[in-house]
Formats: sequence, C-alpha cells, structure tokens
Amino acid sequence: MSTSDQQASPPRLAIPELLIGVGLLACAGAVAWQTLAIPVSPLYSKVGPKVFPYITMAGMVILSLLLILAAVRGGWQPDEEKETPTDWKSMGFVVAGLVANLVLIQPLGFTAASVIMFVLVCFGFGSRHPLRDALLGLVLALAAYFGFARALGVNIGAGLIENQLNALINALFGMGKG
Amino acid sequence: MDTLGYLAHGFAVAFTPTNLLWCLLGTTLGTAIGVLPGLGPALTIALLLPITYQVAPEASFILFAGIYYGAMYGGSTTSILLNTPGESATIVTALEGNRMARSGRGGAALATSALGSFVAGTIGTLGVAFLAPIVVKFALAFGPAEYFSLMVLAFITVSAVLGSSSVRGLTSLFVGFVIGMIGVDLQTGQPRFTFGMGELLDGVDVIVVAVGLFAVGETLYMASRRYAGKDEIVPLKGSLYMTASEWARSWKPWLRGAAIGFPIGAMPAGGAEIPTFLSYAIEKKLSKHKEEFGTVGAIEGVAGPEAANNASAAGVLVPMLTLGLPTSATAAIMLSAFQSYGINPGPLLLTTQANLVWGLIASLFIANVILVILNLPLIGLWVRLLKIPAPQLYAGILVFATVGTYGISQSPIDLIILYLLGAAGFLMRRFDFPTAPVIIGMILGPLAETQFRRAMTIANGDWTVFYRHPLSLTLLTLAFIGLVGPHIWAWIEHRRRRGPEHVPGDA
Repeated sequence: MSTSDQQASPPRLAIPELLIGVGLLACAGAVAWQTLAIPVSPLYSKVGPKVFPYITMAGMVILSLLLILAAVRGGWQPDEEKETPTDWKSMGFVVAGLVANLVLIQPLGFTAASVIMFVLVCFGFGSRHPLRDALLGLVLALAAYFGFARALGVNIGAGLIENQLNALINALFGMGKG
Repeated sequence: MDTLGYLAHGFAVAFTPTNLLWCLLGTTLGTAIGVLPGLGPALTIALLLPITYQVAPEASFILFAGIYYGAMYGGSTTSILLNTPGESATIVTALEGNRMARSGRGGAALATSALGSFVAGTIGTLGVAFLAPIVVKFALAFGPAEYFSLMVLAFITVSAVLGSSSVRGLTSLFVGFVIGMIGVDLQTGQPRFTFGMGELLDGVDVIVVAVGLFAVGETLYMASRRYAGKDEIVPLKGSLYMTASEWARSWKPWLRGAAIGFPIGAMPAGGAEIPTFLSYAIEKKLSKHKEEFGTVGAIEGVAGPEAANNASAAGVLVPMLTLGLPTSATAAIMLSAFQSYGINPGPLLLTTQANLVWGLIASLFIANVILVILNLPLIGLWVRLLKIPAPQLYAGILVFATVGTYGISQSPIDLIILYLLGAAGFLMRRFDFPTAPVIIGMILGPLAETQFRRAMTIANGDWTVFYRHPLSLTLLTLAFIGLVGPHIWAWIEHRRRRGPEHVPGDA
C-alpha cells in the first residue's frame, strides 16, 4: 500500500487508480454472476465447483476495496510514471495496427495482414519509411509463416500470398522428385 | 541408482546429437531474446509451446531449459551496454555494469558476468541434481492438505512478499485464478466462467495470456512512453580478458552470489530480485573498493548479483521438478508444457520420468558450457542485436504474437482475447501491477483447487484438516507471517522512528 505518508499536502483522490479499483470490483461482480450460473447437481454433496470461485470472489472484493482506499489516499503511481505524458498518437497507431490485423487476417491471410500491422506499428513508433517497413514486414511474416508455422505444424491462416508460395514450393519439390 | 548414476544416465541422454542440437538452438535463441529488450524467456517458451505436439519431451525441455538459462546470460549484456535491464533479474547488474561500460571497462564487466553466470549456473545445477532427490523424500509424505498449504505459501510469497505492493501482487494473482477457472471443471464436468461462449469451454490458453501480457501489453506500454528518454548503447570497450586483479576481485563474489541465489531460488518463493539485491548489498559492504560503487562501477557489484541471478534461476527448478510448484512465470509455462505431455510434475517425476529429468539436468550443464562460449568470444554478434531499432523490433514482436495466438485455433476470438489481455497488461505495467502472478495464478490455481477439493473429500468436508495436520499448519502459518509480517514490521518501524512526537501526550 501507499507508503508516501508525507502529510505536507492533503492527499488527493487519484482518479485512474480509483477506476482500476472500481473496475476490479465490477470484475468481482462478474465472477459472482458467473459463479451463480454454475449448475451443481444436488446429489453432489462434496466440495463442488463453486467453492473456489466464491473464495476468489471474496478475495477480489477485499482487494478492490483496498485499492479504492489507496486511490482515495492519493494513489500509488510512481512519480516518474505520473510525469511522463502518454503518447496517445503513437499508441493509436499501434492499436490501429492490431485492429487491422484482427479484421484482415481472415479475408487476406496471415502474411498480408501482418505486413499492414507491421507498417502501422513501425509508424506509431516513429519510423518514417513505410515502404522499407512493408518489405521488412513481408520478409519477417514469411519467415514466421514458413519457419514457425510449417516447422511447428501450427496451422495459421493462409491467404493469397501463402497459397501462391505453397504452390511454388510444391512445384519445386515435384520437380526435384521428377 | 544414486544421484551420480542418474546423472551419468542423464548425460547419455543429453549427449545424443539431436539433443545437443536442441540445446545449442535453445541457448542461442535464449541469449538472443535475453539481449533484446521486450522479449523474455516466459514469452518465448509460451510461443514455442506448440512444439510439444511435435517432438519428444526430452527434446522440448532441453530446448526450453536452454532458453531459460540463455536469457539470463543475454539479459546481462543488455544491462551492461544499454542500462536497460533485458530481464527483471538483471536490474542490479545494470547499476554497476553500465557504469563500468561507461568508464571503458565494458569488456571486463561482460567477462565477469558471463564467467560468474557459468560458475554459479554450474553450482546451481549441481544443487538441483543433489537437492531434488532429498526434497522428493520429504514430498512423498505430503498429502493433499499439505500440498494445498504449500501452494498457498507459494501464492503469498510470489505475489505479496516480493514486489512493491502486496495488494497489487495479490490482485494480479486473483485475476490469474479467474482466468485459470475459465472452462470445464475437471471434477464435475460443469462449465465455469464461459459467459455462455462455446469457445471458452476449453479454457484460455496460457499462450494467449503470456503473449497478451508480455508482448502486446509491453508494446503498448513502450508506445505510450515514447516521450521518455532513450538509452544509448555504450560501445564495447576494454579487453574481454580480465586482469589478475579483476579475477581476484571476482571469484569470491561469484561463490557468495551462488550461495545466496540457489537457496532462495529453491525455496517455494522464487524470484531473482531478492537474491540479486542481497548479493549487491553484501558485495558493497565487503568490497575494498567502495569508492567505485556508483561512480566508475565496481566489478564485485556485477560479479555477485550475476552469479546470484543464475544460481537462483537453477534453484527455481527444484520446487518445479520435485513438487510441481512453479515460482516464476517461466517455470509456470514450463509446467504447462509438462501438462501438455500428460506428465504431472511431482515427487514421482524423478523416478517415472528419469530420462526426462536427468537428461534435462545434464543438458543444463552442457548449456552452461555452450553459453559461456556464446557470450564471450561471440559477444560482438549479440551487441549487433542491440542495434535493432525499436519500431521494427516491436512490430516484429507483434507479428510473432499473432503467429503464436492465431495458430492455436485460427479463431479471431483468440485474437480478441489476446488484445483484451494486452490492454490489461498495458494497464498493469502502467500502474505497477506485477504480471508474473497472473501466469502463476492461472497455472497453479486449478492445481491448488484440485488439492483443496481432494483434501476436503478425504476429510469428509471437514475444514479443520488444513490446520490439524502439523506440516500443513506450519506452511499456512508461514504464509500468514509472509502476508502480515512485513506490514507489522513497517508499522513498528514507523512507530519507533516517529512515535514520540507523533502522538503528543503519550509519553
């Protein structure tokens, strides 16, 4: 808990921390709701599937109240975190990249979606060479797809690019055999 | 067979050409991800978990162990040259190591940290080989009640005792419990916490959680902090060969570091922060060159903590292999790899899976030898990795995050869960919640629940079973002390120092 008991100025309510505490309380509520929804056979008299969820819920309620208390007492953020402004633009581009990946991975396949995400994330982090990044992203995504997916036997969504390359590889292998 | 016999057998397993290759691959990959900021062993092993469907258990655990040890070596390179700890366990190394690099002795700092890691890693691995069978003898007497109490103790130590705040640590742990409970209850077959979604019946994969918290969360955090100052890479200067006086100043801290790190790592508490800080404090006290600490950089302050770090990493394997008790995020993910093979780590593991366990321990010795070669003569290679610019590094991490997550079931739902966890990871990082307890809670929580229900069933629903067994009572008492002890101590200190003037009229 907060150890900064320097009573020089009265502690002010810390809004972000308060929201986290309230959010956790809401999570505890969701846990309670889902625990009540667990069907339990009346014949099952032993410690059933609900006991641990209830313990967890109780713990979460206590912890969220302690967090709210800490928030009321001025929060717990380290000073360096408070003083550094959040770079919303940079984060926005990263989030846009993630969302683009989510939306495009099924229609376009893994590689194309990854390239778009790669370029957006690089731009968010301050790179100003989208074309070079796209090329880099393509190489990396293909390396990931072939090195990772095929070697580990993980099946990731293939799109146009992967299908063409798979066909090419199969053709080459076919030629090798023939 | 005695320990030496088992160990000889283990070397026979580890010295097969394929297993040596796995070890080489693991150590190389481990060093690389240890060097790169933003990537850690927990994330890497999580991403590689699908390999457990492809290769024999020996091979994948030799790979994982190589990554685990390699990350410790690589992390110190980043700490010394970049002043950004590559791993949380190498924070202390950055204190003196970076100062040494700035005053032109980076070569000696890297050498003492690699050699110290080798010495301590070897001592630690010997410790695992000889301590594990002893712990097993104790563990065989454990019933479900004792196991549950032991897990409670581990929960408290990993979340409440270590770290900056017990409330936030426990919050992370409980979030992990909730994630771990999602899916079908194994004992009654009832779905829990699925919110009516069929996709959640199988539970949330540990890959998604680890990747969400460590990769997506970290990337979002780094993006949001772009205004914060950038660290410069200190060019590698100074010979990698240590002078006679540097050797003389290094070897005792190595041994002391190993002696501090291994026991603390082997306790069901884990964590490399305490042993490294402890070692640093001791070396600072014992050093004849106190003036170098915090100014030009003292070699003892690198040698000791680095040794403590690697010895504690080895120590963590003791409770993991003998009790099935992971005390770090990486160990928890390795435990889920055991589960993926249908193997239950516990006291019987050392005899039923002798090939696996002793092959793994033997491969750790080999890994240490490979790592000291990789990290001294080939250091230039890793320094180049540090030059990968942040935009491409983090964008690349997200590409691999997608591969690892989308590959599980090709369902966009997994990606949505990944991003939600990433947002949670960002908030946790931003507001100083530790992330490791989430992983430990989600893996160990269901195991604790199983032991709890088993104990209650045996005792016919009698709650007192947990404090009627003396061993169980002892463990619970220790857990309670761990939870409230530090607070009471702080309160007493507070009273002692400020008491008299704080309460007027009390004297």
